[in-house]
Amino acid sequence: MRKSKCLFSACLAGLIGLGSLAFSLSSQADDFTEGDLKRWNQEFMSVVMKGEKLFHSGDLGTNKVSCDQCHPNAANTHPETYPKFQQQIGRVITLSEMVNWCIQQPLEGQPLALDDPKMMALLSYITYERRGVPLSPGKH
Amino acid sequence: MSMNRRAFLKTTGAGLMASAFPISLVKLAFGGQDPSRDFTFGYISDAHIQQVKGTQFVRNWDMGLIRAVREANLLTPRPDFFMFGGDLAQLGKKEELDHGLEIMSSLRGKVRYVIGEHDYYLDLGKYWQEKISPLYYSFDHKGVHFVVLNSILTYHKWTYETWSSPMDRMLAMARLDNPQGSPFMVGDQQIAWLKKDLAKINQDTPVVVFSHSPIQKIFKPWNFWTQDAEKVQALLKPFEKATVIYGHVHQIQYNQIGNITFHAVMATAWPWPYPETYSQSASCLPKITVPMNRADPFFERDATGWQFVDMQSGKTAMHYQLPDNRNRTIAFDAATGKPQDVTYQDYSRRIPPQTHY
Repeated sequence: MRKSKCLFSACLAGLIGLGSLAFSLSSQADDFTEGDLKRWNQEFMSVVMKGEKLFHSGDLGTNKVSCDQCHPNAANTHPETYPKFQQQIGRVITLSEMVNWCIQQPLEGQPLALDDPKMMALLSYITYERRGVPLSPGKH
Repeated sequence: MSMNRRAFLKTTGAGLMASAFPISLVKLAFGGQDPSRDFTFGYISDAHIQQVKGTQFVRNWDMGLIRAVREANLLTPRPDFFMFGGDLAQLGKKEELDHGLEIMSSLRGKVRYVIGEHDYYLDLGKYWQEKISPLYYSFDHKGVHFVVLNSILTYHKWTYETWSSPMDRMLAMARLDNPQGSPFMVGDQQIAWLKKDLAKINQDTPVVVFSHSPIQKIFKPWNFWTQDAEKVQALLKPFEKATVIYGHVHQIQYNQIGNITFHAVMATAWPWPYPETYSQSASCLPKITVPMNRADPFFERDATGWQFVDMQSGKTAMHYQLPDNRNRTIAFDAATGKPQDVTYQDYSRRIPPQTHY
């Protein structure tokens, strides 16, 4: 009797233990800390800085023209308006397609793949310089 | 489509054909006392000829200057003279200045030059003075006193003690949004020279100052700024008719501060955005300016151009020649005492492309 009671208690304790463990594991997965936020933001800002460098480099095309020659501080890029109907292309496009248009035309270069780290960096910088401006998708 | 064919189609496209040839000078009625003193001069600015390598230059900026020179050659009757408003080169290289001068050599008429920061900061104006022009000077024409300033100087330490090479210094100044930039100024030496120069002039003589920087404080992050603007403005204050014409901003701007009328000129190379379009900084664009149309990047000459200036009785009217856009005229309005756009000044006449954000 005592043996089965012990076994039962042990199993119960085990189950409760497992249950608490499971409970606490799932709450750890949900929680992120101030430290996490800081770290992730630093990761983002480092990509923004890479984008800032590329934007001002003159290396994206073949004629040494840099994006900032027409877009100081990424002004006049209007990231908050994409996707939009780009009248001159005749269909709805995203910001990354517009970036590639600029690389090909005024910069006389080759377009970037959409998942190219350079494209990620450029988009991060362009959007960061426009922080705080409300989204206006479709605005000409 | 090969790059060459695409380039060919761009440059011989509809835009060129749509311009009115020949370009006739429109005489505006200022109620002038002496029509024999009325005259016109042309103004071409901010060509930014940029070397890629060897004898290859950025085709886009070359075409801007070539087009402006060709159109200016079609002005009839001929203007009395031309000004070049600065930034002939992009990085101040001999090759760029020479290539720009080669294009300018087709312009029919006397040309005088204003230096820009892109011309200056590589060799501090050495080649410019040897080949092109003194850095600052004055001249008289039909009763108007003209002054050319070198208004893109900056602090001594930034110019002489900061950069490890002349090209580093040039690249730093070339970057418009450079957080390590330094504000433009005329400097005390020129202020003293200007004071002496203007002392010889009667106060009813019209005075026109040609400058690359605005002789105003508009937007410091992009050096739409002259640090000692007030000192220059104070020297112009005694004159009944004073005008400042400036480059650098690559956009339509105009203003009136007391007795001084200010006009910006367009670039032949590329447009700059209006400062208000940078959402992270406040700016002070002159309130009376009706902006140019927003640039359409798909037409590479859009929001570029050149201009000619009518002088009648010492008052200025600026006529902007804009490829593929309706030309704009800003004329001095005696009723308001300010420059006004002859078509769009009233808010009810504005059009959607003039909204920038």
